[in-house]
Amino acid sequence: MKTTVLREDSTTARLPRQPAPAAPAGPRPHRRGPAGPGRIVGRALLYMALTGLAAAVLVPFAWMLVSSLKADSEVFTVPIQWIPKSFRWENFSDIWDQIPLWTYLGNSLFLSVVITALQVLTGSFAAYGFAKVRFPGRDAVFLAYIATIAVPWQAYMVPQYILMQKLGLVNTHLSLILLQAFGAFGVFLMRQYYLTIPDEISEAARLDGLTEYGIWARIVLPLSKPALAGLALLTFVNTWNDYMGPFIYLTDNDLWTVQLGLRSFVGMYSSQYAMIMTGSVLSVLPILVVFLLGQRYFVQGISTSGMK
Amino acid sequence: MTKIDGAAALKRRRRRTALVGWSFILPNLVGFAALTLVPVGATLLLAFTDWNSYDTPHWIGFDNFQRMWDNDNFWTALSNTAWYAAGHIPLTMAASLGLAVLLNQKLRGVAFFRTAFFFPYITSLVAVAVVWNMLFSPDAGPVNQLLRAVGVAHPPGWTTDTDWALPAVVITSVWRDMGYYMVLYLAGLQAIPAELYEAARVDGAGPWKRFWHVTVPSLRPTTFFVLVMLTVSSFKVFDLVQVMTEGGPGRSTLVLSQLIFREGITQGRFGYSSAISLVLFLIVLIITVTQFRFQRRSER
Repeated sequence: MKTTVLREDSTTARLPRQPAPAAPAGPRPHRRGPAGPGRIVGRALLYMALTGLAAAVLVPFAWMLVSSLKADSEVFTVPIQWIPKSFRWENFSDIWDQIPLWTYLGNSLFLSVVITALQVLTGSFAAYGFAKVRFPGRDAVFLAYIATIAVPWQAYMVPQYILMQKLGLVNTHLSLILLQAFGAFGVFLMRQYYLTIPDEISEAARLDGLTEYGIWARIVLPLSKPALAGLALLTFVNTWNDYMGPFIYLTDNDLWTVQLGLRSFVGMYSSQYAMIMTGSVLSVLPILVVFLLGQRYFVQGISTSGMK
Repeated sequence: MTKIDGAAALKRRRRRTALVGWSFILPNLVGFAALTLVPVGATLLLAFTDWNSYDTPHWIGFDNFQRMWDNDNFWTALSNTAWYAAGHIPLTMAASLGLAVLLNQKLRGVAFFRTAFFFPYITSLVAVAVVWNMLFSPDAGPVNQLLRAVGVAHPPGWTTDTDWALPAVVITSVWRDMGYYMVLYLAGLQAIPAELYEAARVDGAGPWKRFWHVTVPSLRPTTFFVLVMLTVSSFKVFDLVQVMTEGGPGRSTLVLSQLIFREGITQGRFGYSSAISLVLFLIVLIITVTQFRFQRRSER
């Protein structure tokens, strides 16, 4: 539903653009402004605004990091100490004894990797069927996928839970894997990307005698590496950060993810402010690494889901 | 003779194509149908039964909805969810569009700023909630220290105050989500042809006029998409509220999805919670369809 809507709209919106006077190609005009002092002042103001905003957005992270290196009594001081009196690095070694953080990290990693792999594999496979093979019933099934993206998960989490209960899968990792690996989002995103690959390419491969599976594996997949990376990263991060799924399904401490572990730590030791911040830093760190490595693909993945 | 053969061959080929097509879809579809489509359908039916964890289901018509209508918790949750949406949607939209416009320039270091604004979105939600809870701490929290420094004598108690807990959650959610929508807006901005700005400039339009008469209309498809996504996501808000305030203090931040969770999974009232789910779904559907209609009309 959403795809067709958006496509229709973007084309109708683009229509009036075509007759616009064809200006000579070149750098984007709003950057070309008059050179000189006015422009330099403008630039300086823009930088100042951006720096101020970035600082405001990042301040919670700075506070988290600084607090993680303090003693509990120094976290809330008036005025705020932006540089701790003494750096308590031992917070970062003590926390491993306070909560089974390795178990939590391991569980989060396991779930994120398995779910991401399944989502990318089945999602990109199904997307090929939706984007490149024409057969009766295809569009109706795709409509069902799109429709459920708009249904809030809460609206059907209770029947899902009952189903899992009947299957005896509540309080297992398998329940979360099954629930999250077959989401509609991956299919949707990959299909959007496959539609941008010209049909002539697969047509030519077909004439060369490749089967549809061959075309998917040898031609379409290699061409869609950026989208695959985007989907993989988004799924990984979403699974790593998911709270509600593990919160509902996992009751055993041994099965908990980092998010659940951190939350329960906060509940039990609510006045150990510094240690709570240490745990928070450690829960964010893996995501920071993943993000900095694949930033480009994140942005591309999100843009793909929004365009067309 | 050959004609019949040709027709049969064509038919066979069609059937083969269909089989191949389904074989691509099936691995995902089986999981998707069993775990998403079937539960969605089940919600529709369960909403009209009295099923709970002790008894077998009976068809009770609209009794669940009657009970919801008479229930205080439902109206509190509905109104809190609506207030959350009323704050979250416009603020996130404005913030993300503003950031995208500022960043849609060939500036040195622009990549750094983009990263900075996007980072909150991928930060783990529990860490976000925990940090903001501390930042909002009433006495010595950094937010209130700042407010006192700029002359607010009695800054609010934020998450400890029934009137201010919801705004605190909204502020945190805007901070977290704006980077995501900024990326969508940036993609939309980059698709606007430069000639449009050139023409506006020739007509003597200043930066402000160019923004209102070129940027905003050209971004309409993106804005629509963002609006729909924001609506769906703000009506299903759960995690942030659950971790930051657990619906409190009192019921001041209780939202619909928490009520569904409490009734359905904690209390085991499957029928009643499905009825609330159905209402939530209908609200989202009505708003989305209205937005769609409105969008259609303004396109003409």
